[in-house]
Amino acid sequence: MKRLLLLLVLTAAPALADSDLPAARWANTQLPDQRQEAAARALMEELRCLVCQGQSIADSDAELAGDMRALVRTRIAAGEKPEAVRGWLVERYGAWVTYRPPVEPLSWPLWAAPLALLGLAAWLVRKRLVRRR
Amino acid sequence: MSATTRFLPLAVLLLFVGAVAWRLAVPRDDRVASKLEGQPVPLFALPAALPAKPGLASSDLARGQPRLVNIFASWCVPCIAEAPMLIELKRQGVPIDAIAIRDRPEAIAAFLTAHGDPFDRIGADRDSRVQIALGSSGVPETFVVDGAGIIRAQHIGPITVADVALLRRAWEAAR
Repeated sequence: MKRLLLLLVLTAAPALADSDLPAARWANTQLPDQRQEAAARALMEELRCLVCQGQSIADSDAELAGDMRALVRTRIAAGEKPEAVRGWLVERYGAWVTYRPPVEPLSWPLWAAPLALLGLAAWLVRKRLVRRR
Repeated sequence: MSATTRFLPLAVLLLFVGAVAWRLAVPRDDRVASKLEGQPVPLFALPAALPAKPGLASSDLARGQPRLVNIFASWCVPCIAEAPMLIELKRQGVPIDAIAIRDRPEAIAAFLTAHGDPFDRIGADRDSRVQIALGSSGVPETFVVDGAGIIRAQHIGPITVADVALLRRAWEAAR
């Protein structure tokens, strides 16, 4: 009985958190045009899933991620530029939705960090070499 | 070793413990709010989710009167929890339309029979296209749209008893 309950608990939540509709037309199907598919794929890897927030929509199994993949493929197939599709989503969800953050005051430290670390490393190395002499 | 450098590791440790304690006490808000607040509802026209009720188009949301748009699904458990609150809002005179996400007519009809039906129109969004266009990231969510079709507020997650007054106020503010 306990085991059955545990099984029910473990299966209940995921079963109820998803619809029973099949995945959208272009969620898991590649575009026939290889160049378009490559462009769509590259963009999907840089868009963040809204449900499982640490994954890209290319990696996520969430239904909303599937619907977003379908949206990306449909728009790219219709001739839209990947940056336009990204911009359209950023308009709705903010820069949060893309893994390629825009350069803006809030993200300056992020872009400056590698340079600052390089500078720090150079300074440390120089200090060491100077001391050796 | 000077006194400052000696206590530096301890200071770093305390800072780390402080940061961890703070995040444990104040969990991160991982809701993704729509950036369309203050902007017009994107153009859309959804077919009827039920044969007996009209579908929902963006033009239905710009008819001079503010409305709520509830994003729901029959397969969504929190939607059951918020159903009585929507009924209460309807009783108070707040008009409510709905968008059913990835759903089937039979399932929607059964859901509305079981949990009440406060909706004037229900659009069927079978591939979440309109949901994404609205900047919504899950079910349930509720948008307040004013009479000119401008999104005035977004409520993320199920409407609780306390949220009823908040939504009602947001709806009144949109008039």
